Amino acid sequence: MITFEDVTKVYEGQRRAALANVTVTIDKGEFVFLVGSSGSGKSTFMRLILREYRVTQGRIFVAGKDLTKLHGWKVPGLRRQIGTVFQDFRLLPGKTVTENVAFALQVIGKPQATIKRVVPETLELVGLQDKGNRQTEELSGGEQQRVAIARAFVNRPAILLADEPTGNLDPTTSIGIMKLLDQINRTGTTVVMATHDSTIVDQMRKRVLELVDGEIVRDQSKGVYGY
Amino acid sequence: MRHTLREAWSGLRRNLTMTLAVIITMWVSLTLFGGGLLGAQQVELLKGRWYDKIEISVFLCVPESKGANCEPGQNATDAQRQAIRAALETNPEVATVYYESKAEVWEDFQRVYQNSPVLADMTADMMQDNFRVKLKNPEQYEGVVSAVAGLPGVQAVQDLRQYLNPLFEWLNVAKWTTIGLSLLLLLAAALQIATTIRMAAFSRRRELGIMRLVGASNWYIMLPFLLESLVAALIGALLACASLAALQKFLIIDRAQPSLKSVEWIGWPQVGLAMLGVIAVGVVLSVVPTLIATRKYLRV
Repeated sequence: MITFEDVTKVYEGQRRAALANVTVTIDKGEFVFLVGSSGSGKSTFMRLILREYRVTQGRIFVAGKDLTKLHGWKVPGLRRQIGTVFQDFRLLPGKTVTENVAFALQVIGKPQATIKRVVPETLELVGLQDKGNRQTEELSGGEQQRVAIARAFVNRPAILLADEPTGNLDPTTSIGIMKLLDQINRTGTTVVMATHDSTIVDQMRKRVLELVDGEIVRDQSKGVYGY
Repeated sequence: MRHTLREAWSGLRRNLTMTLAVIITMWVSLTLFGGGLLGAQQVELLKGRWYDKIEISVFLCVPESKGANCEPGQNATDAQRQAIRAALETNPEVATVYYESKAEVWEDFQRVYQNSPVLADMTADMMQDNFRVKLKNPEQYEGVVSAVAGLPGVQAVQDLRQYLNPLFEWLNVAKWTTIGLSLLLLLAAALQIATTIRMAAFSRRRELGIMRLVGASNWYIMLPFLLESLVAALIGALLACASLAALQKFLIIDRAQPSLKSVEWIGWPQVGLAMLGVIAVGVVLSVVPTLIATRKYLRV
């Protein structure tokens, strides 16, 4: 599903590589933790999958597309196959939960009938079926993150990227979010999650990729956060 | 589509003051620009009209005249007249040659100045025989002038263009000053549109970020902004067109035409042409800055 072939990324005006000679394959339906300290290259890894940047060297394949050869105008098509969740939720203020989730479908031109059917289904999946008409600001952090996950998943993407999704949440709420991500993963969605949360990684026992200074130093199935 | 229209409308309303500023700047600058276009067309019209009537006058020597080709105190001889006529008639640029004798000139003069005190001081002997030459192409006068200017018996060659050219030069300066000023104003209008759209995009940057993230197409993201600036620019352009129409009606048709009947004035076809130019420039000046201003939010 995601393949990095000897990928190096050097940001403009910087000498040090943000990612250096990374080669890794993530299969369809896998759940992968990306761990490492701040600045180790986790975010760069995610952003390269989204084609927010081009690689400096090497090749990346996502969902069968060679991103190094992908035209700019085809990037929206790629992103429709990838759902993304962030630490800071990135919901639209002044809109209800339903509107926030529906927005993701409206802007890619889905018909209203589809939206009316799919949005409540997805809200039920994330456990917010009763809160569709609430403003997102009224919700707790955990609930807001569920809205963000619903928005990322409403189009049934093949890949879900989660960048520190539990970074702003307390441990109990985090467990709920992880259960939700695990549930989504069981539907066949590939999940890549960058995190600092050792408890979660140690509990879940999924594949772990550890980045240090832009290089992959550990690739461990059913791994833990650190030795 | 509904989303696009709604977003464009809300953008226009949210930035009502900026939208008004854009409309007014567009209006004034495009009116000035259209005025420049009208002026340019009026000048071309006068030029074509007057230059067509222009003849070259070849004045022949009379006893009083001084000139390098004249025998002092002598009329041009018949042989000289024949040679000059032959030189003119064989010249490929010449359309017709008409000989005007001293007596004919005097008659003409008396008629034109019949109520003027100047007439009392003039006599028939002060007139000069001359050839009036009409050209095939009035722009190509130098060749004819130089062909006869040096012939014996020719006192002077006069081309009316000498007197008209400075006038047209000044009209040209006025035209280019108007167009230059309007271009400065149009630049200001374009920058204003770019700023307005940039502000609108900035205030919606969260939405734009999410739109890009979930895979909305660039076209979809940009269309509301494009529509927003286009509406403002088109309102400005239509106001400018109305101003040009008013200018034509109240200044040229009602005032200028009745008072200066001998001059050909621009009509509605020329005004229509200027309006088309105004609208085209208005569209370009709204679309291009919008594309540039939103580029940052569309970069993938």
